[in-house]
Amino acid sequence: MPMESLPYKTTPTNWKRWAWVIPYAGLALLILFIPLPLPFHAPQDRLLRIEASSFQFTPGEIQINPGDRVTIELVSTDVVHGFSLDAYGFELKADPGQTATGTFIADQAGVFRFRCSVACGNLHPFMIGKLQIGPNLLFFRGIALGLLAISAALISVRNVSRGTT
Amino acid sequence: MTRLDLTRSPRALALLRSRWPQFLLRAITLAGFIFTILAGLMGSVVGSHNFAIIFVWIAWWTALKLAFIPFGGRSWCSICPIPMPGEWLQNGGILQPRGSMGIGLGKRWPKVLRGTWIQAGGFLLIGLFGALTLTSAKITAIVLLFILVLALALSLVFERRSFCNYLCPIGGFSGLYAQAGPVELRVKDTDICAAHIEKTCYTACPWGQYPLALKSSANCGLCMECLRVCPSENIAVNLRPWGSDLGPKTKHRIDEAFLGLVMLASALVDSAIFLGPWGQLKSAAYNIGSPDWFLFAGAFLITALGILPGLYVGATWAANRFGSTNASLRKSLAHYSQVLVPLGLMVWIAFTISFAFVKFGYVLPVVTDPLGWGWNLLGLTKSAGVGETTSFSLVLQVAMLTVGLFWSSRVALRISETIRQAAPLIAFSSLFTMAMLWLLVG
Ligand SMILES: [Cu+2]
Repeated sequence: MPMESLPYKTTPTNWKRWAWVIPYAGLALLILFIPLPLPFHAPQDRLLRIEASSFQFTPGEIQINPGDRVTIELVSTDVVHGFSLDAYGFELKADPGQTATGTFIADQAGVFRFRCSVACGNLHPFMIGKLQIGPNLLFFRGIALGLLAISAALISVRNVSRGTT
Repeated sequence: MTRLDLTRSPRALALLRSRWPQFLLRAITLAGFIFTILAGLMGSVVGSHNFAIIFVWIAWWTALKLAFIPFGGRSWCSICPIPMPGEWLQNGGILQPRGSMGIGLGKRWPKVLRGTWIQAGGFLLIGLFGALTLTSAKITAIVLLFILVLALALSLVFERRSFCNYLCPIGGFSGLYAQAGPVELRVKDTDICAAHIEKTCYTACPWGQYPLALKSSANCGLCMECLRVCPSENIAVNLRPWGSDLGPKTKHRIDEAFLGLVMLASALVDSAIFLGPWGQLKSAAYNIGSPDWFLFAGAFLITALGILPGLYVGATWAANRFGSTNASLRKSLAHYSQVLVPLGLMVWIAFTISFAFVKFGYVLPVVTDPLGWGWNLLGLTKSAGVGETTSFSLVLQVAMLTVGLFWSSRVALRISETIRQAAPLIAFSSLFTMAMLWLLVG
């Protein structure tokens, strides 16, 4: 069986081969962070009634528009549950059978998880719901990045076959 | 390809060659392992207050996927406590090389049970029972104890690290993704090895590897035993570019494809259970034995054994048809399994960022109060916040998925003759990445 070449023998990396990385990285950052206009919706007052039970929120997925004035009515059907919205610092706590109410303005767009904030049992750390405010731009940015990734792969391999290896 | 041989630094060589530094680390992990079992058995039943849950499922599991594997390949295996007691018995001492001194029957592992099939099966079990294990400190402890005893018992019957090589699901996970990792152990000069009759390195290797024949880092546990016994200082520990074991000429087996697909399915299902907004799915996965659980188990197994393998076989079949050589489908399934390695590694990293960053707040409170009995050993404020996903974490997850798709597409292209031939595999990777994207940030 032929032996492989000595693995510790080093050849200098041909950095020119990777020159494409710079424009691609720039493009990737652009895709990730470029501000995009959101479709305008006149802000509304919304009343959302969310039922918390072990270990789910019903409804678990909610869509609203940026700028909406949201009033959450949290109702617990079994034990004490909480409601804590990522990035908003908005929190409610509902005793069983009682309604907790709170209001906030949806001034940040995106998809945010809300979580139970009161230890309510074994699956408590995974008691999660989703509040989508406006279109989910990050998801679409992710898809555009995926296409960029594939074209980057094509370029990187084309350079390999022309290069030294 | 560029390599940086660590053994050329005298200080690094001394650290690797002495058995003491590694023994100290192993002693710490073994003590931690036993403490984890005790904490799980005796501590609080509230999972988030118990050291066992937080350390196994948040701290260690995260460190493995974000640090040990991507920066050190199988480096965790080098200090893993699980095979230690058995190995000490086999060797007849703690700071002893493998030899004839120890106890154990030293039987060879049965041929039919070789490969990574059982490890993949173990990973399926983790997926099927994970929701309960992950939330119950007692069950986590019982599983850890069972694994410790099993590894010990097997080492008394079978030779070397049979448990690690053929049974340990984490060994399978680490080995698969170590191929993409930046560390490798290889011989320096093949002629020296060829002329060396005694092959002391092979005798000393707990993993049953012969360093001269090492072509992949998948099965080398980086224990450094060969380096210690080599009379010619002919073992190199190389830092290397990521993904060095993946390429047109490297050899791969069909069980690697199966393992890779099981890992992908597990990442998908774990994301759906633990990060998704579907409460019924969580309860179904948790209430083992209930009708809902059987539905969940069925769906999980169909995903892991039916849908994903089906898509993969379809993609490979198409790639095969576009190729000029008439490779058998079986051969191509093994060959293209390499695409699943960077894809799976990056998907697991993205999942871990999503899963663990939120829960890191739990780590300090269980250090100061490991059993959840109200202690405050370190004098810290003890309450863990709810935790939240920050926009930074979301962007990072998207970036990791993007890198995974780039990397797996690149591997697909490098191991194919034409772009057309790679296209089905790239499509497979894209589809899977999009599913994960939707689960993580959708
Ligand atoms: Cu709750």
